Amino acid sequence: MSMNTQGRPTAPGEAGESFRPKTFTGNRALDMEEPLLFEFGSLETTGVDLDEEDGIEFELGAFERKADIGLAGLAEPEAMRHYVRLSRNNYAIDSGLYPLGSCTMKHNPRLNEKMARLPGFSDIHPLQPVSSVPGALELIDELAHWLMVSTGTHAVAMSPKAGAHGELCGMMAIKAAHTAAGRDPKIVLVPESAHGTNPATAALLGFKVVSIDAKEDGTVDLATLKNTIAEHADNIAGIMLTNPNTCGLFERDVKEIADLIHDAGGFFYCDGANFNAIVGKARPGDLGVDAMHINLHKTFSTPHGGGGPGSGPVVLSDRLAPYAPLPFIRKSDAGLELVETNAATSDDEQPFGRMTAFHGQMGMYVRALSYMMSHGSDGLKQASEDAVLNANYIRVGLQDLMSLPFGVRPCMHEVLFDDSFLKDSGVTTLDFAKAMIDEGYHPMTMYFPLVVHGAMLIEPTESESRASLDLFVATMRDLVMSAQRGETERFSGAPYLAPRRRLDETGAARKPVLKWTEPEPAQVTPEAAE
Amino acid sequence: MRYLPLSNTDRGDMLARIGVNSIDDLFADIPENVRLEGLLDLPKRASEMQVERKLSAMAEKNTSAGSVPFFVGAGAYKHHVPATVDHLIQRSEFLTSYTPYQPEITQGTLQYLFEFQTQVARLTAMDVANASMYDGSTGTGEAVLMAHRVTKRNKAVLSGGLHPQYREVVEGLSNMSGDRVVSLPADPMGTEDILSQIDDETSCVVVQSPSFYGQLIDLKPIAEKAHQHKALLIAVFTEVVSLGLIEPPGTQGADIVVGEGQSIGNGLNFGGPYVGLFATRQKYVRQMPGRLCGETVDAEGKRGFVLTLSTREQHIRRDKATSNICTNSGLCCLAFTIHMALLGQAGLTKLARINHGNAVRLRKLLSAVPGVEVLNAAYFNEFTLSLPKVAEDVVEQLAERGVLAGLPVSRLEPENKDLANLLVVASTEVNTDEDRAAFAAALKEVLA
Repeated sequence: MSMNTQGRPTAPGEAGESFRPKTFTGNRALDMEEPLLFEFGSLETTGVDLDEEDGIEFELGAFERKADIGLAGLAEPEAMRHYVRLSRNNYAIDSGLYPLGSCTMKHNPRLNEKMARLPGFSDIHPLQPVSSVPGALELIDELAHWLMVSTGTHAVAMSPKAGAHGELCGMMAIKAAHTAAGRDPKIVLVPESAHGTNPATAALLGFKVVSIDAKEDGTVDLATLKNTIAEHADNIAGIMLTNPNTCGLFERDVKEIADLIHDAGGFFYCDGANFNAIVGKARPGDLGVDAMHINLHKTFSTPHGGGGPGSGPVVLSDRLAPYAPLPFIRKSDAGLELVETNAATSDDEQPFGRMTAFHGQMGMYVRALSYMMSHGSDGLKQASEDAVLNANYIRVGLQDLMSLPFGVRPCMHEVLFDDSFLKDSGVTTLDFAKAMIDEGYHPMTMYFPLVVHGAMLIEPTESESRASLDLFVATMRDLVMSAQRGETERFSGAPYLAPRRRLDETGAARKPVLKWTEPEPAQVTPEAAE
Repeated sequence: MRYLPLSNTDRGDMLARIGVNSIDDLFADIPENVRLEGLLDLPKRASEMQVERKLSAMAEKNTSAGSVPFFVGAGAYKHHVPATVDHLIQRSEFLTSYTPYQPEITQGTLQYLFEFQTQVARLTAMDVANASMYDGSTGTGEAVLMAHRVTKRNKAVLSGGLHPQYREVVEGLSNMSGDRVVSLPADPMGTEDILSQIDDETSCVVVQSPSFYGQLIDLKPIAEKAHQHKALLIAVFTEVVSLGLIEPPGTQGADIVVGEGQSIGNGLNFGGPYVGLFATRQKYVRQMPGRLCGETVDAEGKRGFVLTLSTREQHIRRDKATSNICTNSGLCCLAFTIHMALLGQAGLTKLARINHGNAVRLRKLLSAVPGVEVLNAAYFNEFTLSLPKVAEDVVEQLAERGVLAGLPVSRLEPENKDLANLLVVASTEVNTDEDRAAFAAALKEVLA
């Protein structure tokens, strides 16, 4: 009897490479379609076992809910699978290079997550007796110290919840300082290249925004600035300037800008979104900055979490420090003291108010401090240097093919290209970005800053290895050459390989569908029933 | 440094490729007189072990809520969060993703935002909800600004039952932007006359239910009066679990509903990060602040989700935007969505009943303590005690006896001496019979 040699075949089958079966489920192996939880959960199902309720008495008055809430529930394994499947449709810094200029997608160390989950930080209430949380005050004070030393300032308002909230806080301090001096200036100067949050913040506080043009190299034009200040003499509340700016360039004239604004009676607000380029290299306090928010989720790596939570402490100059909002920690011989109300302030403390209930983003403070301690003064400096080195390495790898709007010169932590290299190719910046998705990359920041046409802002951060940068540069070169060869199909329909093809955003805005509703039961007509 | 992949050889080679001699050549734009030469005056790098040691030492100095009988609420609540929630939100693909500006590769985030918006709309019985705000207090500030845009008026009337720190957030914003605020005096029992404050100049009335003091408030007459004067009712809540058991603001006539979502999915975290819930009527959607996720189709006709109506937002509209807000509470709202999906209607209702039941048990025990009066007739899981002594002192003495008993109102309202003896007490599903008995016994002792 001969041996049966027909075991499990281990070589590929004979179907051609191009054959893609149309599957029954719509799934493609690991790439699965997932319904909304309301489409398969039920009102009776729950994935949480609670203690049995015995003999509840009601003291609700006449307020008991009568109607169904309509919330579908999932059993635990269903919930686990649902959200694991959803997660697989997301790009993440843990899965690949995420070169979003100005957003700073860098490695998120898990030590920070572990530290933030220590019960002594995660399971303490903001209003339990202060005497029961001395370690919390110590942590906030320690982080404040690291932030002040690295920025060269002497005060910091910790409570703002995100970068834009920090901007609001800084501008409120500026407004309070003017009011205290008996002034009411109305004009805030904002360069064209600013984040949208800057003009929105100024407008929210009733300021009038006057835009400052950039000069040819992308930085603020001192002559224009002087003229604008002269035009609005005695009415300048301040300037909101991002430095390094959103073109990836350090404002060389920053000290002169600060002097001009100060001489005009205004304050210098610095948008700290790009502070990660200069930590350990220069201190905003030495540049004449009066207020600057620090995006802990950018520079100090607290995770972006799909769009938050952020955290935006604001460092303040001596002139603005008295107006810092409640709450704050006062340091005295007696130790650390939490000041939560106006009644507890001293004469030289004149808080302009309160940004939020409680004390700010404690969970983010722990992560940021863990990050800063891990790096130390030497590591923080090295991280900035590596971020700038990586960005310039990409610049020289691409500058012969892609167009640098401000000519060949070193950039900071991000490099800005415009779309002139795509001229006459039939490929737009958006198409180009979508083709990067098929190559396994998250696109760079596009169409921002507004000062250049078809902007592409690339920020690799210090987290990328040289091999990773080399592959990215090679991929970008291949895409550019492909576009220039006229292979428009690779771009116009991209992405082809992502969980979704290009989505109809215009349609979404025209008739907004913002929540799930039960589908109408299908009308059964006699013909259809047959 | 363990987080930096470049070796010194890499750095040298890369500088050569860039064509500069040293790293400092790349920083040449920084004026020389402000360039740092040495290191910042901070400690040098630390190993994982060193960091853990130092931070754990700080953490251990704090009394965690789970380690004692715990009854502090007042805007943040100690609930049990299923282990699944924290596991799922730490998936790399959720944790380390950015705002979903590239929808083709962020459907995970977008779909849960759509689920979140649906959950919030249903809980509040409103037409639409956004993809979250920073927290309940900043959301309340945004709601007032939104009401001003809708009504083209600028006077807000704030109930005396509104959380004092929420009130301060609204007052701060309004003072700065020149809007008017009428803040009613503290109202522990829900007996204030807010109706007489509403007139033709009123943009909005802001009422919290359950109030800061725990009192449930009938919103219907307030909505009616507000609407007679073409003003909006902004209904606020700080304990979202209450919506599992009480009449939602949407069916009581609220125009904007805003509240704190921390209770579902999120820990106490000493006050943040939390997640602000924000819902409104369909007709006001274009005046809404914050991010919105909407349904659409892709080029092959498959359903997908995108951020939408972004023409309201700062990155498009700049100084004409509805808000300067740029982020939401992404990961916290994921935690909320998962926890709420696990609960479902059945679980949420039961959770709410247990919370209320525990509060009623606690109420009975505490009102039996000589000298203690409970001020609220209708409440959910929180109520206010009037004590025969200064509440702040009582709380400290109870803390010494190992019970974290609640919030003395004077901590937030130090200037109002009438409130000095008031203590706001919360009881959730985490409290046991033993916890309640320990509280009552200790209170009896302290007041004796």
